[in-house]
Amino acid sequence: MSKEYFLQGNEAYAKGALKAGCKFFAGYPITPSTEIAEDMARDLPKNGGVFIQMEDEIASIGAIIGASWGGSKTMTATSGPGFSLMQEGIGYAAMTETPLVIINIQRGSPSTGQPTMASQSDVMQARWGSHGDYEIIVLSPSSVQECFDFTVKSFNLSEKYRVPVIVLGDEIVAHMREKIVIPDNVEIIPRKMPKESPEEFLLCKADENSTPNMPVFAEGYNVHVTGLTHDERGYPDTNNPQEHAKLVSRLCNKILKNREDITSTDSYKCEDAEIVLISYGAPSRSVITAVKNARNEGIKAGFLKLNTIWPFPDEEVKKLAKSADNIIMVEMNLGQLVNEVKRVAQGDAKVSLFGKIGGEIHKPLEILSFIKKVQGGN
Amino acid sequence: MSSENPYIKYLREDRLPHIFCPGCGNGIVLNTFFKGMEKAEIGLDDVSLVSGIGCSSRIPGYVKCDSLHTTHGRPISFATGLKLANPERNVIVFSGDGDSASIGGNHLIHAARKNIDLTVICINNNIYGMTGGQISPTSPKGSFGTTAPYGSFEKSFQLSELVAASGASYVARYTTAHALMLTFAIESALKTKGFSFIEVVAQCPTYYGRKNKIKQPTDMLIWLKDNSIFKMQADNMEPKEKEGKIIIGEITKQPHEEYSEEIYKLIEKQYGDKPNVFKSAYRG
Repeated sequence: MSKEYFLQGNEAYAKGALKAGCKFFAGYPITPSTEIAEDMARDLPKNGGVFIQMEDEIASIGAIIGASWGGSKTMTATSGPGFSLMQEGIGYAAMTETPLVIINIQRGSPSTGQPTMASQSDVMQARWGSHGDYEIIVLSPSSVQECFDFTVKSFNLSEKYRVPVIVLGDEIVAHMREKIVIPDNVEIIPRKMPKESPEEFLLCKADENSTPNMPVFAEGYNVHVTGLTHDERGYPDTNNPQEHAKLVSRLCNKILKNREDITSTDSYKCEDAEIVLISYGAPSRSVITAVKNARNEGIKAGFLKLNTIWPFPDEEVKKLAKSADNIIMVEMNLGQLVNEVKRVAQGDAKVSLFGKIGGEIHKPLEILSFIKKVQGGN
Repeated sequence: MSSENPYIKYLREDRLPHIFCPGCGNGIVLNTFFKGMEKAEIGLDDVSLVSGIGCSSRIPGYVKCDSLHTTHGRPISFATGLKLANPERNVIVFSGDGDSASIGGNHLIHAARKNIDLTVICINNNIYGMTGGQISPTSPKGSFGTTAPYGSFEKSFQLSELVAASGASYVARYTTAHALMLTFAIESALKTKGFSFIEVVAQCPTYYGRKNKIKQPTDMLIWLKDNSIFKMQADNMEPKEKEGKIIIGEITKQPHEEYSEEIYKLIEKQYGDKPNVFKSAYRG
């Protein structure tokens, strides 16, 4: 039996985490994500889990990495300024293949910017925020239902690929109330214990492009986990060019080579579309209305909603670039993910950006006018 | 009598030789740690080690147990998560003055305030060794480093007193020239339920010694010994007399409510059963 609720996005994130089996949350108060921490503080103990408020966001991500090696599914939630502080920990988690989930509710930026207003300006930071070559998974919900669903999915992807997964939300969806349906049971991917005995086990031994199983501390595996470049045993081996290339290539390829399994998009009336709009997060809600209105006026418009933004869904966008004349990227920034669309479209379709900053969502009428402008330009 | 080091059994022999310089204080600290651990009747099987960045933070990588070598200054945060996922575990942090007193200062005082059951062993060699001899927040006023070519004019941190004032259950300071007393302090720290902090003032002949004209490790140990005064003595001395001295002994010993125990009690009350954090990720 599933149950219906009328919830705020931030409440749905917390419910999703609990449903996915999150047993450890560490965080630091920050607008507009604080309700997630508040809900976890209230509900985690009731579910047998630990909530801890740390002294800052650097400590928060440190604590969830530590708890992850203690065998727990872990999460933190933050917004831009806190997300900046977490970048060091994200790199460490990527390098050490530590599963964890970060919810980042985007607000107006840069710096402390607009704490109570929405943006989508952390898109590239979510991808490249920590130093070095690494791959990461980022999902972007556009409804309260998706806040729940994508959080559950994030835990599953994080366990499957042993990688930090970021749910890149925005203030609009986080503070919006909608009906959502929470099923009794959701698909849960549990962490896999190594098959080998502790004596035979090597921490980082894995086939090319694959993810090794993860041991837990205190079970006799005697693992050494380090952010330094390490060999199959997990031991530091920092001056060996081949070892570094092998490790970092595997960490990237285990995500990139599984792009098909990881990425998710929804398409609406794209089959015969001459103009395809691409969006993610809150603006998707206006785009769908704009596309419907455009169709009513006889404009062959379609919509591709990106549920996963990293790794970028190359194939889906490439396909549309071949079939459509124009692509319009609608995002709440001055042009971030549009560059990925341009990279993939490669001249097959003309790519335009309808970016907007300041905190207000694109209005459907504004989008319709933009569609007409693009159409008129042909 | 065998000439083999009695603690070699605790080391990852496949990782030797280690990276520490000849005459480094880390070896003394590691030996006293193993001895203190045995005296406290704790087996290495019950221990997880966590460390940050720096020479001292390389220690866990040589010990045959689960270890987490983390980012600079953050080991106490990671250790907090690890401890709360499985409070039955002895979680011990190896850190240094750069790691604990500088970049990780905030984490240190908050863990002490929370009084979470961690043992932090901070090897304070008054300098950044790994990066080649820069001054640290504990470098004595007037000492030299590559970033203080004209001598440091900053006042140094009294790290143990800071941690004691923040609420730790147990704090002791010794030097590598006081190995036996240090062993007993480590034993006490491990037995204490709550946040325990051991500051070991140690020699770094390679950088601190070279920059401050005490190049021989033995001379540095003599300098550490001669420069130390016991806390009992220090308590009856004027501030001026204590300037530049290393105050050794137990700085505080006041066990009180411990964080992981309190939080698990709270969860048990709300959940109506024992918390189920440890290994929960492996359940479907």
